[in-house]
Amino acid sequence: MGVLVDRNTKVIVQGITGHQGSFHAGQMMKFGTKVVAGISPGKSGTKFQDTVPIVDSVADAMSFSPDATMISVPAPFVKDAAFEAIDQRIKLIYILTEHVPFHDSMELISEARNRGLTVIGPNGPGITVPFECKIGIMPNQIFKEGDVAVASRSGTLTYEIVESLTRNGMGQSAVIGLGGDPVVGMNYIDVLKLYEADPKTKKIVLVGEIGGNNEELAAKYIKEHITKKVVAYITGRSAPPGKRMGHAGAIIEKGVGTAESKIKAFNEAGVKVADYPTDVPGLLK
Amino acid sequence: MNLYEYMGKDIFRKNGLPVPEGYVVEKQSDLKEYRKPVVVKSQILLGGRGKSGGIKFAKSGEELKSAVNELIGSKVRGLAVTKVLVEEMLNIQHEYYVSITLSREHRAPILIASASGGVEIESVPQKEIFTRVIDPLIGYSDYIGREASKFMNLKPEIASQFRAILKSLYRTFIEEDCELVEINPLVETKEGKLIAADAKVIIDNDALYRHKEFSITDPEKTPLELEAQAKGYSFIELDGKIGVIANGAGLTMATLDALTLHNGKPRNFLDLGGTDNVEIVANAFDLVLKADPKAILINIFGGVTKADTVAKGIVEAKKRFNISKPIVVRLSGFNEDEGRKILSENKIETYPTMMEAVERVVKVAGGA
Repeated sequence: MGVLVDRNTKVIVQGITGHQGSFHAGQMMKFGTKVVAGISPGKSGTKFQDTVPIVDSVADAMSFSPDATMISVPAPFVKDAAFEAIDQRIKLIYILTEHVPFHDSMELISEARNRGLTVIGPNGPGITVPFECKIGIMPNQIFKEGDVAVASRSGTLTYEIVESLTRNGMGQSAVIGLGGDPVVGMNYIDVLKLYEADPKTKKIVLVGEIGGNNEELAAKYIKEHITKKVVAYITGRSAPPGKRMGHAGAIIEKGVGTAESKIKAFNEAGVKVADYPTDVPGLLK
Repeated sequence: MNLYEYMGKDIFRKNGLPVPEGYVVEKQSDLKEYRKPVVVKSQILLGGRGKSGGIKFAKSGEELKSAVNELIGSKVRGLAVTKVLVEEMLNIQHEYYVSITLSREHRAPILIASASGGVEIESVPQKEIFTRVIDPLIGYSDYIGREASKFMNLKPEIASQFRAILKSLYRTFIEEDCELVEINPLVETKEGKLIAADAKVIIDNDALYRHKEFSITDPEKTPLELEAQAKGYSFIELDGKIGVIANGAGLTMATLDALTLHNGKPRNFLDLGGTDNVEIVANAFDLVLKADPKAILINIFGGVTKADTVAKGIVEAKKRFNISKPIVVRLSGFNEDEGRKILSENKIETYPTMMEAVERVVKVAGGA
């Protein structure tokens, strides 16, 4: 098995008939992901792209034995959709949606963790294991199979870094986007544990940004528990304090969450920090 | 969203938290008959009001009138005062601190309390601060209040009031979708009552759709930032001279960082988000042009966003706004070849990597 998913992972899509849901379900299928059913209340009996059955509820989708779900519904409906998946004990729940109230995220993530289920996101690009399975919105064309695993809080910046790895002949074993919100299902430490245990992964890239102390905690964990080589990139060095830099989680408050603090923590843990995204492949060598 | 003190206190009152008797005044005719000493507090969304002369005391009807006169229409910490809160003066015996906020690390609410209140919590020694993560699935229960009261050495008659306050404060935090509820100071009066003398409430912006009663213009946003917000763009004004349009918050931040490392200063942060709409791209130029940059850098990595759509948007904007300033474009990802072709047909410079584009734009903008 790859990190969390592999070529046999059966995926359902909650919100498959929406603008984003349908586009990305199609891209996931092109990547090779096994999309076994889509959920769109009131549209059961129809098919997505003439092949994938559409059903009314997650309960109805259980006959396809899904291992994972992608939730792509508007923010006010995310909590309900996630509870529906949690109630059916779907092992991996990825939430694409942006602007989910963090109180909703807090509640649904606690419920999921209590049952031993994994949540990725909200507001992140998902998970990709080239070329076994992609759940999420990362562009198909940037990947190459290999031994570098990437963990990131950002979307497009992740693509930038993955593409630069690929261009330098460094393939990826797994790429996970944690999400840009203050409350997300997986933090760096959760992902680092998976990467350390994954036999295919030899090196790890951690892409961080300003806000919170997730990166500092990760640096401490790397120092104590990670044997594989880790390289980091931190964005937001030039961000003024008190301003939310697009992501709800990217804000320097009362001096906490600065890029300097994160870079210092990584340096102290023996992790090299790239100045530019394109410097990452060089530091991995 | 930051709420004014009087709004925070309305919410507190609604949730059963004890607050001083008081009322809001916008003009002299709003004043009620003077009965007892009052404090007159400017309603602005910045701290440090007391030190900046934004809080006055009145011990007669005349003093009350003149305090209101002086404060309304004045500026406190650079912000215009349009409202004051007139409240009964409390007989202060002691000042405590209490707040509930989000612990990102634990993905859960965290209670922070101290017997040393009335000052900024950052200045209180760590050993005097009680912190307790609250399991969101359990919520607040009195055992947490007992732990806190013991730590703070509260007398039994104060501890029981304190527990009731924590219960209501937690309910407020949850029901109103708060990022922060803070009472500082929480006053113990000489009469032995706990009262919330101040209220700081921040509501999660993403939850405002279920709290339509709050509508506040963020005083820290510039007019252009407010215009961008109304149009749905994530936009921040900065003090450099290179306009920036990029997609995705992380990549936009990385673009600003790269400019800064190349001694080029960004004029703004603008995250286009994921779009396949030409108009959204063109309108982003309208905002950046209003910030009057020396040159404009576009950095797009197309995943959800299609590079050819962005290219069409750039061409459209150049025509519509008759842009003569240098435009430097980096375009990669989905449909990049089509996108670059459209730009080169329209004589707009494109570069395949972010670094080349950053170097180029710093050069055409004339350095820092």
